[in-house]
Amino acid sequence: MSLIKQEDDAITFDTFMEGVWRQNPVFVMVLGMCPTLAVTVSAVNALSMGIATAFVLVSSCFLISLIRNLVPKEVRIATYIVIIATFVTLVDYLIQAGSLKLYEALGAFIQLIVVNCIILGRAEAHASKNPPLKAVINALGMGVGFTIGLFALGGTREILGAGKLFGISLFGEHFQPWVVMVLPPGGFFVLGGWLLLFSLLRSKSENKEEHRHGA
Amino acid sequence: MAHETLSQIFISTLLTNNFVLAMFLGLCPFLGVSGRLDTAFPMGVATTFVMLVASLCAYGLNLLLGYFNLEFLRLISYIVVIASSVQLVEMIMKKYSPALFRALGIYLPLITTNCAVLGVALFQTSREYDLAQSLTFSLGGGAGFTLALVLMASLRERLQLSNVPTLVQGTALSLILAGLLSLTFMGFAGLGGLE
Amino acid sequence: MSATVQVTPGSKMIITMGLVASLCGVLIVGAFESTRDAIADNKRIMIERAVFKVLPGAASVREYITTPSGIQAWSGATPPAGALKFYAAYDQAGLLKGVAAEASGKGYADVVRVLYGYDLKCQCIIGIGVVSMRETPGIGDKIITDQAFLKNFEALDVRVNTELTALSNAVKTVKHGSKQNTWEIDAIAGATITSKAVGRGINESAQALLPKLVSHSGELQP
Repeated sequence: MSLIKQEDDAITFDTFMEGVWRQNPVFVMVLGMCPTLAVTVSAVNALSMGIATAFVLVSSCFLISLIRNLVPKEVRIATYIVIIATFVTLVDYLIQAGSLKLYEALGAFIQLIVVNCIILGRAEAHASKNPPLKAVINALGMGVGFTIGLFALGGTREILGAGKLFGISLFGEHFQPWVVMVLPPGGFFVLGGWLLLFSLLRSKSENKEEHRHGA
Repeated sequence: MAHETLSQIFISTLLTNNFVLAMFLGLCPFLGVSGRLDTAFPMGVATTFVMLVASLCAYGLNLLLGYFNLEFLRLISYIVVIASSVQLVEMIMKKYSPALFRALGIYLPLITTNCAVLGVALFQTSREYDLAQSLTFSLGGGAGFTLALVLMASLRERLQLSNVPTLVQGTALSLILAGLLSLTFMGFAGLGGLE
Repeated sequence: MSATVQVTPGSKMIITMGLVASLCGVLIVGAFESTRDAIADNKRIMIERAVFKVLPGAASVREYITTPSGIQAWSGATPPAGALKFYAAYDQAGLLKGVAAEASGKGYADVVRVLYGYDLKCQCIIGIGVVSMRETPGIGDKIITDQAFLKNFEALDVRVNTELTALSNAVKTVKHGSKQNTWEIDAIAGATITSKAVGRGINESAQALLPKLVSHSGELQP
């Protein structure tokens, strides 16, 4: 739920940072998890998926924000889905043209960006109520936040599960990779671990706040 | 390359390649609705039903698109057709079987944009399944989803009675539980591989 | 929604949806048209790379499919049910080097798909490469790293019988260390299911493809 008031057209730094930090889609809102877990077996896959999602997010939010006053309320969700599906198809072809290897690694999950709740959620909660520039900046923030989240997961899983980052070996010959980390259960464990870390950080900062008020 | 037998497909989607635990499809409802056992089961059944409808639609649609050489419209038409057919089924159900509608109806709109449903449609297309294989695939996928949901809900109901540190409570705990379940399901790997 | 619900006329809804849909249609078709060549190129390069790997020395590839009566060049359309697709590879001088085809079998986690290279002169398989698999890293994926296992495919005997109906000896995966004949595959210890999937897949594909290929091999010459 966006905290920004509807009539507030001012673009602040927070418009961008909202998605990167305070409402980070991966670590705070825990949205759009199917691709988050499925493709993050390596840092490269995670980054490409993040960028693809960010592209769809930004371009569909821009278009939706442009036509926000023309679309009747009753058919708005249908319209949004059609627009999102269009951009996903675009990305799908672009990735195929760019690198088939990447395309096979990401598989059907590129097309499944359509049902990523982050995008429809942003379209409905933000882009449909704000002017294009603001919507784009906000969407960009969300996209960056999502990409960072995916990268954190993919990086961790690749380092632990294969002893590599971006395909470059980090440890010596003697490193025995935790194969489970690149298998499905590892996805759950790593995301669970990151969430734990975040709630630990949050509870620490809250404690500090309380101490300061107490003093 | 579609010469898997129907039983192989069913066992594979139900256990070894469980939609939720191995392929990460439909995680949002998996974590969102799995709090209580009495909502988890109907949700699973409703999803299975929607998957069957989606699989049928996608099969027909794919034939049609292939006939006209319009494959590039696949994604957009899948999502539109699946969403509207679910809506249609919902209306028919409301009119002719109010009891069933009361049991499943509230879940239907939620399910339409579930990635497991679109996933069924996309995977069956990319694996070139025929009609019987597609339906088995969606049935197995739905049953696997229900199984995972019910297991998860039972685990979480038990957890409510135990003493969990506040730090771990919530999504983090659910994810680690799901990881353990997923690890368990990996033990099924190899089933159906030998003839 | 406020208390005074405004009903939008149906025509406006349809017009809006129509406009949005046509805009989206234009975008999709544009993307499709502009990337089509690049995608086709990519696909061709990918196939060539895979085929060259299993048939060393090859320099160009042509695609064929089997028909009930023989073989024919692949036109690009969806092959009819039962037809097998295969790739004929030629060397620098344009001479037929060998044939590559795909085989798939149910492995440990999911279907394992491999590409095998077939040499017409020695009537044997001279190399395999994995197309896709989801086997356990470190165990099942030994089929691409285990040198002893890959040695099975340096000259795997797939001679066709004299009636040209099937292979003289079915390709079979045997337990690790018990390989005796040239048509047997020595399984990887600890990854028997994956090894068997490869053997079964190759047998299935070779039984269907090779008898036809041998009797029509003349048509493959350039």
